[in-house]
Amino acid sequence: MVEVNAHTRIAPPDACVQIEGLCKSFSGQVLYEDFDLTLPNHQFVSIFGPNGCGKSTLINMISGLIPFDRGTILINGKPMRRSRIGYVFQNYRDSLFPWMSAFDNIAYPLKVKGMSQRDCRDRVEQLIETFNIRLDLKRYPYSFSGGQQQLISILRALVADPEVLFLDEPFSALDFETTLFVRDKLQEIFMTANLPMLMVVHNLEEAVYLADTVLLLSKRPTHLVARVPFDAPRPRTPDTLSSPEFISVSRHCLDIFQEEMRK
Amino acid sequence: MIIQTGRSPSLSIGSLSIWVDRLLPLLGVVLLFAVWWLIAVSGWVNQVLLPTPFDTLVQLVSATVTGNMLTDFGATVLRTFEAFIIAAVIGVPLGVALGSSERLYRSVEFLIDFFRSTPASALIPMFILFFGVSDFSKVIIAAFSALLLILFNSAYGVINAKRSRILAAKVMGANRWQTFRDVLLWESMPQTFIGLRSGISIALVIVIVAEMFIGTNQGLGKRIIDAQQVLNVKDMYASILITGLLGYALNMLFLVFEKRVIHWSGK
Ligand SMILES: Nc1ncnc2c1ncn2[C@@H]1O[C@H](COP(=O)(O)OP(=O)(O)OP(=O)(O)O)[C@@H](O)[C@H]1O
Ligand SMILES: [Mg+2]
Repeated sequence: MVEVNAHTRIAPPDACVQIEGLCKSFSGQVLYEDFDLTLPNHQFVSIFGPNGCGKSTLINMISGLIPFDRGTILINGKPMRRSRIGYVFQNYRDSLFPWMSAFDNIAYPLKVKGMSQRDCRDRVEQLIETFNIRLDLKRYPYSFSGGQQQLISILRALVADPEVLFLDEPFSALDFETTLFVRDKLQEIFMTANLPMLMVVHNLEEAVYLADTVLLLSKRPTHLVARVPFDAPRPRTPDTLSSPEFISVSRHCLDIFQEEMRK
Repeated sequence: MIIQTGRSPSLSIGSLSIWVDRLLPLLGVVLLFAVWWLIAVSGWVNQVLLPTPFDTLVQLVSATVTGNMLTDFGATVLRTFEAFIIAAVIGVPLGVALGSSERLYRSVEFLIDFFRSTPASALIPMFILFFGVSDFSKVIIAAFSALLLILFNSAYGVINAKRSRILAAKVMGANRWQTFRDVLLWESMPQTFIGLRSGISIALVIVIVAEMFIGTNQGLGKRIIDAQQVLNVKDMYASILITGLLGYALNMLFLVFEKRVIHWSGK
């Protein structure tokens, strides 16, 4: 039986994702050249960078969805083939399976591993209880609101007890109000599960708000421009947005970003 | 009181317009019958060639109730379904299999496109050579033309499956077979249904043509051509009408079925 609790894992090394000498080109166009990156465990990391700099490509490579040319990527010291990864896609509409009920969607990663029907049900029930989510999971995904659907994709990514959760612009298909709802839920999940998360966002405030660390990427060929820590206490609330810390960190990130764009 | 009398006419106008809206699809039918009737009674066309719609409908009903229209109808329906089932049972799995390997599909694409573009009726003589003038022959040729449509649509459904869902399955740890069973097959369903629907339509067309051309004891195609030969025009038109109704009913049946199965379509 898998557990949500991160403490049950056997001695995780400090780095949850370790990238060394990563190279990736698309049809002769260099995207990454000798790219190094280490992501600490237990942290919420946001990635921010210009359009087309390869943010999606980066997390797709870490999750093993697309191949890379050279370099190594380790997750908790293991090659990614042997790691458990949770991935929340940008568009819930195109990544949930509309022919399955919400329940079957969430349980799918367990079913694929050959877990019995009964254990699947127990696990899903435990998961929604842990995160205090009330949805009628017998319904089909399209009968839920956008925010609820994205929440279902997040639960699906969490159900198999991943070592790290990747989120690619998880709010971009949501309206403002739903974004607030999903964002708060995500923070709650992060605090409960103590699970490292890596999120790509295209809005600087969004990036800073939830993050322990903000990674700023350059234009292609892409390199890491700066890693900016943000250690306001959790849970973060709308008040955080007006705290001097938040304002100065956002300002700092913006300055670095604008300087980088001028190059 | 005043308010009530003021309201009731507008209410009845409202319900009247709802009724008109409901009856709108029938307008074309009524119009067609009116024009038909006009031409029939005006004498522009020889009475022998064009009976009035009323006479045709009377013939349709009497041939159905007392005559042997139902026997012919049943024979045609049976052949159409036999052909369709053969085509579907082979075409869907084969199409899905071809579609899941794009290179495999590309290698047979020309053949499929070529035979899809060849009118199936042009192949009837060849089929007669191989299978004789038996009943089986008619079913096989109809099955063949339906097969191509079904196969091609299923293959395209798989080829055009949303990439993001395949990636999602992959990142959740699904192997190739699981991805195929849980994602590709479902993704291809809407397109497969289009193939099935066009498949049964073409099967009916070919069955009718084959019944006229190859000859048989029963069947709507034979009935139409026989009636025409002896200038029994009333029965000819009645048979054409019932054939049209059959085609329409088959299409509707599949549309309803499709809506049921592919409940997520358009959502
Ligand atoms: N399959 C591919 N073939 C060729 N080029 C590609 C492919 N996928 C991505 N690219 C290119 O690689 C670059 C990085 O793409 P990627 O989607 O990772 O960017 P991104 O940072 O996520 O951008 P966005 O902010 O628009 O989401 C882009 O310039 C894109 O054109
Ligand atoms: Mg992207």
